[in-house]
Amino acid sequence: MSAAPLLTCEELLDFIAAYLDDELSPEERERFETHLSVCQACVDYLDSYRETMRATLLAYEGDDGVPDSVPEELVRAVLESRRR
Amino acid sequence: MVADEASLLERLRKRDEVAYEEFVRGHTGRMLNVARRMLRTEEDARDAVQEAFVNAFRGLDDFGGKAKLSTWLHHIVVNACLMRLRTRRRKPEGSFDDLLPRFYEDGHRIDPEPAWRSIGPDPVEQRELRTRVRAAIDQLPEIYRSALLLRDIEGLDTAEAAATLGIAQEALKMRVHRARQALRTLLDPFYTEQAA
Repeated sequence: MSAAPLLTCEELLDFIAAYLDDELSPEERERFETHLSVCQACVDYLDSYRETMRATLLAYEGDDGVPDSVPEELVRAVLESRRR
Repeated sequence: MVADEASLLERLRKRDEVAYEEFVRGHTGRMLNVARRMLRTEEDARDAVQEAFVNAFRGLDDFGGKAKLSTWLHHIVVNACLMRLRTRRRKPEGSFDDLLPRFYEDGHRIDPEPAWRSIGPDPVEQRELRTRVRAAIDQLPEIYRSALLLRDIEGLDTAEAAATLGIAQEALKMRVHRARQALRTLLDPFYTEQAA
């Protein structure tokens, strides 16, 4: 049986999210990694895609807690809206 | 649900005014943070929080108490933000494709960019990066921006994010992937400047 053809760069980029989410089958993963072993441009793209995800998280890091001050007028407006 | 929350919920259902104030003061900050991430103006964010509380007050009697109150409120404020986003005029999405990688017919990239340098711990660089990323996310067409925010920032899993947006999981995955690719293109000049 002949080996599966090498992924193209376009196919590899389509599979990136599934690769990072570990959703590729073992065969797909092998084809993905084989392409990476011979294509520096796709290695760079994968790295920059990962960095984009990291930067997205970083951009909002620390926003999950309670802010130092909650606008009093908003609290009042919410409480007022319930009474109406 | 923890005992304190169960007791608060019971008081809320008895229409206890002090409990309402405790409830609103305890959750407004976190809800406002979510709305600020999802909406583009402070006014919109505050309006969404107010709407979310109105919806929460209406839904208190039906709240089963299986989830934490904060989780339930997170869903409500996300939905209030999405409702507001849907009523906004859609940005033209024609130029979005220009932000995606282009290929020759044989599947090779037309214009692969140079490798990026990772941003280090320098606080000035980190601050600049945060500003650039937020500005870039705000440039995305709304359907991609919403998918990215729910999945990569609000931390919903694929099924939850798809259900919240009322789309199939495969469609959600496609939107998130395309949003990340477009965001990568928008950030490319910044990382190229850093590498120069």
